[in-house]
Amino acid sequence: MLMYHTSYWRLSKIMLIVKILLIIILAPIIGGLLTGVDRIISARLQGRQGPPVLQPFYDVLKLLQKESIEVNLMHRFFIYISLIFVMFTTVIMLLGGDILLAIFALTLGSIFFVLGGYASNSPYSLIGSERELLQMMAYEPMVLIAAVSLYYTNHSFFIKNIVSHDLPAIVFLPGVFLGLIYILTIKLRKSPFDFSMSHHGHQEIVQGITTEYSGTDLAIIEITHWYESIIALTLVYVFFAAKSPMSHLLAIIACIIVYLFEILVDNCFARVKWQHALNTSWVITAVLSIVNLAILSFFM
Amino acid sequence: MKFIKKSPWILHYDGSSCNGCDIEVLACLTPLYDVERFGVINTGNPKHADILLITGSVNDQNIPVVKQLYEQMANPKVVVAVGICATSGGIFADCYNVVGGVNKVLPVDVYVPGCAARPEAIIDGVVKAIAVLEEKQKQMKNNK
Repeated sequence: MLMYHTSYWRLSKIMLIVKILLIIILAPIIGGLLTGVDRIISARLQGRQGPPVLQPFYDVLKLLQKESIEVNLMHRFFIYISLIFVMFTTVIMLLGGDILLAIFALTLGSIFFVLGGYASNSPYSLIGSERELLQMMAYEPMVLIAAVSLYYTNHSFFIKNIVSHDLPAIVFLPGVFLGLIYILTIKLRKSPFDFSMSHHGHQEIVQGITTEYSGTDLAIIEITHWYESIIALTLVYVFFAAKSPMSHLLAIIACIIVYLFEILVDNCFARVKWQHALNTSWVITAVLSIVNLAILSFFM
Repeated sequence: MKFIKKSPWILHYDGSSCNGCDIEVLACLTPLYDVERFGVINTGNPKHADILLITGSVNDQNIPVVKQLYEQMANPKVVVAVGICATSGGIFADCYNVVGGVNKVLPVDVYVPGCAARPEAIIDGVVKAIAVLEEKQKQMKNNK
């Protein structure tokens, strides 16, 4: 009996490790494919043919083969730490772990990324870092309120408990969900809120935080962004998934629709000033989530 | 596999061009030619770029700028001189402040003549530059 028990325990441990490895490998692949689809759709919206779907992978593999110019030691170090925390967040979220822990780990990852920007003395990089901090100020309250609201309706911070209720969270929290969609634009680095760094061509601050990064380091930043896209879409997923298997399919469809919507917004709007981003996201966070929670407290 | 062939990122610098060639360079990015099909991105940042496109001749004022841009690019890197001014100085060659073509300052790998160079010619030049880039990467690997 004891033998059986230990072997079972060992098997579950191995399963967990396999799951973690699968998440770490598959998440950036899916994120990269999403970016590839994004680039094709953006090109088609502009009347162009666009690059192949695998273009983001070609870019990253090319960057890995290039020389990495070292500005200083810390400059590179922060990027790798940032990647580790973002990977950690992805693993927690996709294993159904504590959403609050995931959000804090993600924030830490973003902070290290900003520190990387500050580590070089390039003025463009410094402006990019400051704008990244302002972006974090803009989206962080909404993400926290989303986690608290999910706790309020499900009495658990664990994603595996949140997605196993009879009704999906979106039924109780439509306002919070809309607020989250608004700040996801910042998290996915899409126009109109892509003022700290942008994938699109040269802009006024020469790609902000990433100005001084080249070669492998730039590839790591790109991979980190792929993980972050998956994290952002997991937040959407949590709102739609419930006990029935059909709802999980619905949640994946919702993620795809949200991503397509973000691409459309990206192509329809010009970049705004940071004041506008900060003000609107706080107002939308406050109004939508407080009204939502007030109505909810009245009925529950 | 040589991924550098599939994603050449370009940095475009206007030396003392009349803007004719610059407009043709940008025309390559428009829906008609759409070089992003081949993974070409106009980066605007030397540290991210693989190919330095220079239009216009080099003059006394922009020599340090051109040199610095080239030095900031990560290896392997190539230089493409676009337009007749960038290849030899063109009609401005005899001006008192003009030094000549880009090859007076930087090792130019591909010359794209024309006034202004047509987008098709520029794309052709970039394709030639990619071959040079591949060669340079091979050398870089051998030297390691």
